[in-house]
Amino acid sequence: MGQRVVIDPITRIEGHLRIEVEVTNGKVSNAWSSATLFRGLELILKGRDPRDAYLFTQRSCGVCTYVHGLASVRAVDNAAGITIPDNARLIRNLLLGAQFLHDHIVHFYHLHALDWVDVVSAIKADPKKTADLANQVSSAGNSGVNDFKQVQARLKKLVESGQLGIFANGYWGHPAYKLSPEVNLIATSHYLEALRQQARTARLHAIFGGKNPHPQSLVVGGVTCATDLNADRISEFKYLWKETMDFVNNVYLPDVVAVAGFYKDWAKIGGTTNFLVYGEFPQSAKEPDSFMFPRGAVFKRNLGQIQPVDMALVEEHVKHSWYEGDQALHPSKGETKPKYEQLDVGNRYSWMKAPRYKGEPMEVGPLARVLVAYGKGHEPTRKTVDGLLKKLGVPQEALFSTLGRTAARALETKIIGDAMEGWLNQLVENIKKGDTKIYQDYQMPAEAMGAGLNDVPRGALGHWVDIKEQKINNFQLVVPSTWNLGPRCAQNKMGPVEEALVGTPVADPKRPVEILRTVHSFDPCIACGVHVIDPRTNEVYKFKVV
Amino acid sequence: MKYEESFERRLEKKGISRRDFMKYCGILSATMGLSSGFAPKIAQALASPKRPPVVWLAFAECTGCAESALRTTYPWIDELLLDIISMDYHETIMAPSGDAAEKSLHDTITQNQGKFICIVDGSIPTADNGIYGMIRGKSFLDIAKEVCPKALATICIGTCASYGGIPAAAPNPTGAKSVKEAIGIDTLNIPGCPPNPVNLVGTVVNYLLFGKLPDLDDKGRPLFAYGKTIHDLCPRRSHFENGEFVTSFESDEARRGFCLYQMGCKGPETYNNCPTVKFNEGTSWPVQAGHPCIGCSEPGFWDNMSPFYKPL
Repeated sequence: MGQRVVIDPITRIEGHLRIEVEVTNGKVSNAWSSATLFRGLELILKGRDPRDAYLFTQRSCGVCTYVHGLASVRAVDNAAGITIPDNARLIRNLLLGAQFLHDHIVHFYHLHALDWVDVVSAIKADPKKTADLANQVSSAGNSGVNDFKQVQARLKKLVESGQLGIFANGYWGHPAYKLSPEVNLIATSHYLEALRQQARTARLHAIFGGKNPHPQSLVVGGVTCATDLNADRISEFKYLWKETMDFVNNVYLPDVVAVAGFYKDWAKIGGTTNFLVYGEFPQSAKEPDSFMFPRGAVFKRNLGQIQPVDMALVEEHVKHSWYEGDQALHPSKGETKPKYEQLDVGNRYSWMKAPRYKGEPMEVGPLARVLVAYGKGHEPTRKTVDGLLKKLGVPQEALFSTLGRTAARALETKIIGDAMEGWLNQLVENIKKGDTKIYQDYQMPAEAMGAGLNDVPRGALGHWVDIKEQKINNFQLVVPSTWNLGPRCAQNKMGPVEEALVGTPVADPKRPVEILRTVHSFDPCIACGVHVIDPRTNEVYKFKVV
Repeated sequence: MKYEESFERRLEKKGISRRDFMKYCGILSATMGLSSGFAPKIAQALASPKRPPVVWLAFAECTGCAESALRTTYPWIDELLLDIISMDYHETIMAPSGDAAEKSLHDTITQNQGKFICIVDGSIPTADNGIYGMIRGKSFLDIAKEVCPKALATICIGTCASYGGIPAAAPNPTGAKSVKEAIGIDTLNIPGCPPNPVNLVGTVVNYLLFGKLPDLDDKGRPLFAYGKTIHDLCPRRSHFENGEFVTSFESDEARRGFCLYQMGCKGPETYNNCPTVKFNEGTSWPVQAGHPCIGCSEPGFWDNMSPFYKPL
């Protein structure tokens, strides 16, 4: 039996997550993922106006803000039988695209980079060498000798002040950090630059959404930003989009390639087996056929055979979650009887349930999307993936890893960002033709069911609504981080992050930076991931999945 | 001490002139509703050698408030974190996890007892002994009881920490409460879902300038930000006075930017500065994006202000 290591809290994520691993001979031999916060959003929705649902569910998460709002209006649109106008589809796509750009930049630099980059080592860098290196890697600005000198002086000051703030007690100097001081200085400069870039990129949301986080221009039937469909606003959007894409192309992507070059061993660590994608970015009213990222499932890493997705084959297990019973049930028949005892990784250890598709744990998110699109021959995806593999000199199998997951996130940022220009141009064309319609009037049905299936930054997201007497009778969310970070199922099969952790090297159990690499590569978002319960009544939820 | 170098000198070293810095202090003064004469005093306050330690606790929340703080642009968030304050604990952005993160928290609250500012986002689940929110086997309730009373002041950012927010919406499944209700201390509240970062920064700077927190209303909100209603500040107010209302999101009235009162706007009962400060570098705010205000900075708005599309 190996040594048990508990990391609680896992920081640089959304929400509250605890990871426990067993380390044997310097490697993780077993792992358990526990979500430790429960709020009960779905229960709060019961009895409310279905039009309000999106405002509530959007508060599932303020990091992947917007996406739950979108999922909910789509579910209610679907229940009410609404086909939204073309402009509303384009604006919703643009807002979701902006979310991907923002979310992935923040994830790489502010939630993930410190697992690979030793900030304190950057103090030892030679600014001249750093500038030379930076200029070889990309044509990004702010890369002169003086730029790096300034960043270095600022870091020095911070360290000498004895008040390291957010960098205090980091794992600096850990042998797992492999970058040279110069690369560390480049990456640290970009960490700081990205802090400003993300604030500017968030303005994309504010233009058509009023604000960020939690934009507020969605409604059942379309969007509301009628006064923003003018030349001023559209050029403002285009300018900020272009600025963001310059950052993606000249900073983010080159950084991922540069950092990956030093950590190629991580192309063999942290992989999983099966992948699920609902698909996203409708190119017309036809769904799911018109999705840019296609719907599909991959089993046993077989990209030659992408399987269709049948929502009837989803089950949720509770054997290792804080709920009564150990039956695996379809979400439509899901029973949710909470029963918190204690955190016991041998028994029950999470507020998350364990979703399974055809009985298997499925990884969702950027890597799943890229794999399914690649397998289905999506040209922009093939081109960017093959380009990266060639640049790094690694085979296709390298995608199934911690590094592959992180790289896939960067690649899809570019693919989505490039597509946004087309959506913006279509919007302009429509307005030119005199089509400014952004909202479709409707009658709220007395009774109806609706589903909103989406693919959002962290993966496949489903909302289901059941309307009775024009009120929410029941609301259900099955979210990406539940798929990725959920516990074991009734058959004791590990969840994806648990599976991915096995085999991860741990040089120093007291400073487990390697574990953070794999956990962070999933970009965990825990507040979203926890299911509703009613601790007072132990109410049973029943649902028919549409 | 050799480390105690003035803030201005520090700025100068990274290429920010005194002139730029004073301009930025002027913008902050304006945000706080102070006369431009206060700018030099803000400069003086910010120039103190030791950066004030700040601890940010995240409870039953969605991280929207932390994300919102990252959107501050005067000062930029990197300046706030590295040059103005010392953010010693913040789970969303801090480098260490687990034991090392706990050490950061422990060190700062021990070394700076009575001197650090505690910022809280999220409400505190109190039902069933607080089991619905745990870190390191400790309930949020116990963590708040341990940390908040040791702080110089506790600032609640967002409606959840301030008043309970969405976890406390009916039927409040986890017994979620505001920090004040849960542990019985006075808090300064910066509500909103999430609030504008300008109002958080304005509050912190007020403290740095005057050595005390700004004047508050009876709900614990700073008057400089929450002194007037959305309705009183709204640029669409003249349409209200003229009886020019939007009655459908697909209409000429919507395209002409008429008043959203009949679409359910809660501006008349909501105290906040959204119309004047706006969000994301003054880019927009919900009413400008054609959507009614939902009253997100008022206590109990999830229950009291909904259904959101029903007129007041």
